[in-house]
Amino acid sequence: MRFDVTLPWWAFALMGVGLALFVGLIVISVRRNHGVKRSLFASPYALWIILFTVLPVILIGYYAFTDASGAFTLDNFRSFWDSNYEMKKLVGEEYAAAIPRGTVSVDTLVYSLWMAFLCTVICLALGYPAALFMADRQMKLGATLVVLFIIPMWMNFLLRTIAWMSLLEDNGLINSLLRALGFGGVQLMYNSGAVLLGMVYNFLPFMVFPIYTSLSKQDPRLAEAAQDLGCNEWRTLTRVTVPLSLPGVISGITMVFMPSVTTFFIPRMLGGGNTMMFGDLIEAKFLTEGNWNGGSALSLIMMVLILVSLSILRKADPNGEGGGLA
Amino acid sequence: MKRILAALLALCLLLPAGAMAQEVVNVFNWEDYIDESVLELFEQETGIHVNYMCFTQNEDMIVQVEANPGAFDLVFPSEYMVERLMNKGLLAEINYDNIPNFQYIADNLKNPSYDANNAHSVPYMWGTLGILYNTELVDDPVESWGILFEEQYQEKYRNSVFMMDSLRDGLGLALRYLGYSMNSNNFVELNAAKDLLIAQKQSGVVKAYQMDEIKDKMVAGEGALAVMYSGDAQYSIDLNDKLAYAVPREGSNIWVDCMVIPQSAKNKENAEKLIDFLCRPDIAQMNCEYIWYSSPNTAAIELMGEEYTENSVMNPAEETVANCEYYHDLDASAQVIWNALWQEVKNAK
Repeated sequence: MRFDVTLPWWAFALMGVGLALFVGLIVISVRRNHGVKRSLFASPYALWIILFTVLPVILIGYYAFTDASGAFTLDNFRSFWDSNYEMKKLVGEEYAAAIPRGTVSVDTLVYSLWMAFLCTVICLALGYPAALFMADRQMKLGATLVVLFIIPMWMNFLLRTIAWMSLLEDNGLINSLLRALGFGGVQLMYNSGAVLLGMVYNFLPFMVFPIYTSLSKQDPRLAEAAQDLGCNEWRTLTRVTVPLSLPGVISGITMVFMPSVTTFFIPRMLGGGNTMMFGDLIEAKFLTEGNWNGGSALSLIMMVLILVSLSILRKADPNGEGGGLA
Repeated sequence: MKRILAALLALCLLLPAGAMAQEVVNVFNWEDYIDESVLELFEQETGIHVNYMCFTQNEDMIVQVEANPGAFDLVFPSEYMVERLMNKGLLAEINYDNIPNFQYIADNLKNPSYDANNAHSVPYMWGTLGILYNTELVDDPVESWGILFEEQYQEKYRNSVFMMDSLRDGLGLALRYLGYSMNSNNFVELNAAKDLLIAQKQSGVVKAYQMDEIKDKMVAGEGALAVMYSGDAQYSIDLNDKLAYAVPREGSNIWVDCMVIPQSAKNKENAEKLIDFLCRPDIAQMNCEYIWYSSPNTAAIELMGEEYTENSVMNPAEETVANCEYYHDLDASAQVIWNALWQEVKNAK
């Protein structure tokens, strides 16, 4: 008796037609084999990218530079610099002069970048040794460790974050244990530390696996050669193993940094909404304020920042050896 | 092969025709906001088939109603959303000749300020906004919003107050504490409410700004005081009898979830039949005992007896209710100001 209304019927029809078209194309190209270019096989993916990546980005660009009526404007970007900009226009001159520049958007962006930086550094510090362990062929435990890292990822990350809440709460597992042992309780939840913990916990595998992959691809004879030529263990690590694994490190940094900057569920759950991150602000613009234009401008700023940092990272890994993510 | 295809096509044509023959009503309600056996009773008694669909937010609902004209015959918006739907011309006038059971609706909920003479809406459930508190942790009388803001309480309730992460309720209760309307669009009043909330945040009494999560936190004893709707408060009290609920004396918000018929409805009379059915005392009682929110139906309340009337969360005193105001839909410029000030509160360190 229940069903949810989400997409209009024609959207499903369109998807059906698209799917049929591409199955047909693939069947035809397979049958003719020689007459059709191989690149045709990539066309479903190309359509996917166009529909769900290129078009939305164009739409975001359109919304960012227009107002609610669709006319061109730069006000959305002025509102980023001064979050009270629109309000000042509405309250009348006698009040507007007394309203200071609103720093909400800039503050949240700076805070998000700082948190993402901390998260990436911690993930790297924890993740690199873990990857070294896992990639070490003499370690029987290595394969087990890989599995142990993967298993939590089978669970949805929202659930994992909620699970952290029942550990960290005032009457949660950790505090109950502390009290049972005769210590006082500590305030673990609803602060930046809890948010950082949640982020590191959720994004650590994205750091470990690219590094693990690039370490396990390394020819072990290189390290042996270095030792034959007189390097001790430490110098083998710093002179040979680490430099060769840099593409993996860069890939890991990218994969941790990007979702960290845009994260929005963790601060609300573990941070209790006390400090906003940029993702929360964008979400609020779209969902609670219904201000698609302002939200798009913030998203665009975010995307440009990510693109810039990616292009810097790309310089360090020009051949895309770490999976080419940067 | 061709014959099979033709038969299939014919069948496809017949199917919708077959479905048309049966009377239907398309209902769009909040998640988990009806005793579903009530719908089965309605189907048995009238032979009208109920297509039941759900939403989780007023804002999602209005998008669906606008995008799918004719898809819904009966919708359950909150009062401020009734106003917005009405202003957009999306609601049909209700024919009260088909709804004799409207007589049971409480007088103080009739002819509300959001919909004159109930021309477009019938109250379904209602409640208040107030403070849920843990009687083991709070020994001061909870009578005023001041317990959330005043300095004398700040040391005692450090880091143990849950505020709502919602601008209407957040700024609204601060406005009310300062003696202003919760629907204010006066910048000076709103700015004062913002300053009050920022001072509260900086004093360290606020533990978190959340929504649905607060219920479970209060049940688990994680906080001393929490801003909450009466329906959620009753849910929490049922799970933890150390909790109690109060509506502050400065007044608060009264909310009403309503039944409305979209202008585009294809089965308006069936929708009216269902509204009438839901207003029938025995059905309203069944429904209220399932949802356990305040019922607008006086006859149903009589049937429920003391269990309902003695419960001050469900059945607040008349003067408490009279001191509460409805939310009205804010106009576009007021929305910009409210949004900007609320973001300042959320961003304050």
